[in-house]
Amino acid sequence: MDQALDRPHPSAESGPIVPVLECRNLSVSYYTRAGEVPAVTDFNLRLMPGEAHGLVGESGCGKSTVALAIMQYLGGNGRIVGGEILFDGRDLAKMKAEDLRRIRGAEIAMVYQEPMASLNPSMTVGAQLAEVLLYHDRLSRPTALERARAMLESVRVPDPDRIMAAYPHQISGGQQQRVVIAMALLSNPKLLVLDEPTTALDVTIEAGIVELIREIGAAHGTSIIYISHNLGLILETCDWVTVMYAGEAVEVGPVGELFDAIRHPYTRGLFASIPLPSADKISRPLVPIPGQLPLPYDRPRGCNFGPRCEFFIAGSCDSGPIPMLPVWNAEHRRSRCIRIDEIDWERPPAPPALQAAPPPGDILLKVEDLSKHYELEGGFLAGGGRTVKANESLTFDAREAETVAIVGESGCGKSTFAKVLTGLETATDGSIRLGDVELGAVPIEKRDARTVAALQMVFQNPFDTLNPSHSVGSQIARVIRKFGVERDEAKVRQRVDALLDMVKLPRAFARRKPRQLSGGQKQRVGIARAFAGNPRMVIADEPVSALDVSVQAAVTELLMDIQREHRTTLIFISHDLSIVRYLADRILVMYLGRIMEQGRTEEIFAPPYHPYTEALLSAVPVADTRIEKRKVVLSGDLPSPSDPPAGCPFSTRCPYAIPGTCDVVPPPVFEPSPGHRILCHLAPETLMAMKPVMSEREPETRAASGSS
Amino acid sequence: MSAIAEPLPSPPVPVLARLARPRFALALLLLIWVPLVAYVMFGRELGPYRSYVLIPAIPAALLLYAVAARTWRESTIAVAGLTLVFFWILLAVSAPYLPLLDPNKPVAPFVTPFTERNGIFFWLGTDMRGRDLLARTIWGCQRVLVWGITATAAAYLVGTMLGLIAGYRGGWRDEVVSFVGNVLLSFPVMVLFILILNYLGQSGFNIVIAVTFSSAPAIMRIVRGLALDVKSRDYIHAAQVRGERPLRIMLVELLPNVRGPLIVDACLRLGYTTVAITTLTFLGLGLQPPDPDWGLMIKEASTTALVFKFSYMLVVPALSVSSLILGFNLMADGLREMSLRD
Repeated sequence: MDQALDRPHPSAESGPIVPVLECRNLSVSYYTRAGEVPAVTDFNLRLMPGEAHGLVGESGCGKSTVALAIMQYLGGNGRIVGGEILFDGRDLAKMKAEDLRRIRGAEIAMVYQEPMASLNPSMTVGAQLAEVLLYHDRLSRPTALERARAMLESVRVPDPDRIMAAYPHQISGGQQQRVVIAMALLSNPKLLVLDEPTTALDVTIEAGIVELIREIGAAHGTSIIYISHNLGLILETCDWVTVMYAGEAVEVGPVGELFDAIRHPYTRGLFASIPLPSADKISRPLVPIPGQLPLPYDRPRGCNFGPRCEFFIAGSCDSGPIPMLPVWNAEHRRSRCIRIDEIDWERPPAPPALQAAPPPGDILLKVEDLSKHYELEGGFLAGGGRTVKANESLTFDAREAETVAIVGESGCGKSTFAKVLTGLETATDGSIRLGDVELGAVPIEKRDARTVAALQMVFQNPFDTLNPSHSVGSQIARVIRKFGVERDEAKVRQRVDALLDMVKLPRAFARRKPRQLSGGQKQRVGIARAFAGNPRMVIADEPVSALDVSVQAAVTELLMDIQREHRTTLIFISHDLSIVRYLADRILVMYLGRIMEQGRTEEIFAPPYHPYTEALLSAVPVADTRIEKRKVVLSGDLPSPSDPPAGCPFSTRCPYAIPGTCDVVPPPVFEPSPGHRILCHLAPETLMAMKPVMSEREPETRAASGSS
Repeated sequence: MSAIAEPLPSPPVPVLARLARPRFALALLLLIWVPLVAYVMFGRELGPYRSYVLIPAIPAALLLYAVAARTWRESTIAVAGLTLVFFWILLAVSAPYLPLLDPNKPVAPFVTPFTERNGIFFWLGTDMRGRDLLARTIWGCQRVLVWGITATAAAYLVGTMLGLIAGYRGGWRDEVVSFVGNVLLSFPVMVLFILILNYLGQSGFNIVIAVTFSSAPAIMRIVRGLALDVKSRDYIHAAQVRGERPLRIMLVELLPNVRGPLIVDACLRLGYTTVAITTLTFLGLGLQPPDPDWGLMIKEASTTALVFKFSYMLVVPALSVSSLILGFNLMADGLREMSLRD
């Protein structure tokens, strides 16, 4: 039980070092109208100076509650019901409000997910930063401003003087998060709590922040608690990791050791459901964790993960509370699995039935020189407006039963393209042909019913995708009737049932309202609705990015199964290269409205790369210790789409940019192999000479160790 | 904490809860409302049926009260407001069947409350012309309720439609609707009322028109704002992508999802409208004597009631108005409280 074992600290040469933070058997409950809801039970953690400890888990696992408990910010209905939180040896829960206030901010600082919500919109950045020092360190104003500026420089904010004078809304999301981190570091805290600090940011921006977080420990000696749902980020930033499930820590250990040799079925399930580079949709599909997270007041007896676990044995796993058990042969590791010594951890998970890749058919969608420009109204006095080129000369095609992924960061125009394709917007120039029907300039009202039915969409946000006022069944039935698939009332109901079967939901769900469904279930209904009219092409706009990883795997697999069965063309829009690598046949990489590179998936993931693709690949966090990545961290932010650089749109951030060429002349197309097109000024030899971004450390161990 | 709501097990549904489903509640409301409107507005056309039309409304009102009180039992404030409002609604629908004196017949002037005169016990006394105040209050309540709620409903119909068009369709439609709305909102409400009623003549229907003109722009703004928010949701995009007509999207996909704040606002606005109508009759605009009406009663009593002994003539209708408005406002507060809680 006692996880606070005598763990040697790397820097501990002599004398006992007091841990910066120690949670001992911590239990936190929320008190709601439904009664006491245990959010965290029996949580242990020991954080030594300068260490980074990751908390990883899916939503509802209690990782944020731990952070709030550390900050003593549980609010009116949350309470620590057991255990203690020692900060520098003092129990935070027993401290007076006055002392707590001094400690928060000065010795413990927290960074939240939404940087904009942490900054005061009515104060300049400089004033906000200086305020910390004025209050905590009682410095004079000029000294405080000077220190604030220095801190901004140390978190590598470009042009700190301009940022100091700016209001938060005038700087980009990545810079906002840097400012928040700078603010947290200003009073030189001993402990920094980061709650999903990069989730709201784009990958290439995220990579910069991650780099910064990694340096903080070394530069300032700050200990870090890093909360994330992303195993890859934890691997890149932390020394230790605690995996949480349903309010409990289920596995603890040094990051590398734990990732290499998993000792808990839940962690094992998590890794099987994320698209690691070794996963493949044909030979090694994702394996979702079956079942659902138990409700906090409805947790099973014994092991919380029991009902979903493939190693579950009635009588031992469900007999009583499971303690954290030591892992054999690993000194600092603990796992909350009673069968830890019985399970063969090396055995790869049961290989699922192999699916043959469907051969792509004829060309279904042909996009040629498509452009979509928006005229920004200059306002009533400003006169002529500016033009935003949301899409600029897109050219590609998609075949029947093929998955084409569009990848890019926010503002790259991928959603605009979806709108033009579905007819919510019309193209400014160029053409889109679906089969032999021209769609480019035809808005949805002018399209005939067959074309509309042939092109449907799956949306991103599961909480928005269904109309909360109508039952699930009626929303699916509406599509069936609207597209005239069935007219007879009984047949419509049959088809609704069949569609619910198809997305693996109980038929009784037809009568439910969306609020009674979980996020993953809503997304399944969204898929059923998209396929209700037998479409020939489905556009999926980030369909799984808002879901938990284990649910993501299930929904992804489902979407692909249905696509395979119906031979539907899937346009998969995403910012997540790992998932795209897993499921796409071909990939388009977009940047500022242009396709920078396109080709088959294996062509995109191997050199020659477009410099932007290279940076994207390097930025994706990979939860696999065997993969070694080459670091390509981009400087600067995405230029505004209304004011793109004159030549190559990427020239402002490109590490290879050739001054005088890249920023003036639009780049030519280089086609290393048929269908693989790179839009770049670099000489073909330079491109061909690029080294792979990801490489394996020990190729021989990879085949042996299977899933983990 | 958790971003994903787990499905809730559905418990067995008792009868009252079953009736609380919007469709049944709406049916009950119509069962009260249609007879009341028919009785008050089209009494002459009903002929001999006039004395029966309100009979089904009495059990409907009682049932609706029971259902609503049960549904809102979490909020004491809402139930208190509901009780006040339904007290008046029940009196309004049962007025013809209560043993009341003719509200327009002079019996005995200046009888103070709780005294007996000529063998009749006067609970609330009589006014200066000798008319029974109890009968006048109850009959007056019927008129205030019918015209007040009808006017609010009309304002809502117009305001919601315009708001949906402005918010969802946007563009030039939004510009036109918003501009006209702003012009109307720039008039002081009373000036607008007086202008319209003087121009159109003084009658209940014209009060409805006047209230619509003054309230619809504000409602339009609320609906427009809500529609602007909801229209960016994915389910609206889903409807657009399957080629639904704008009218269907506005009414079926959009409107049900903005009903929460609208219902709260409607309760508040019912209070304002009641005040407005009472004020209008007090000013001598709108509903005409001799039929009883609270505003009229206050006006008629305004000089006599200066004598303290006869102040009850003013206090009775004034308290009635206040309690009804208080009821509407408490209901709005309670509903808002409940909507914020979940």
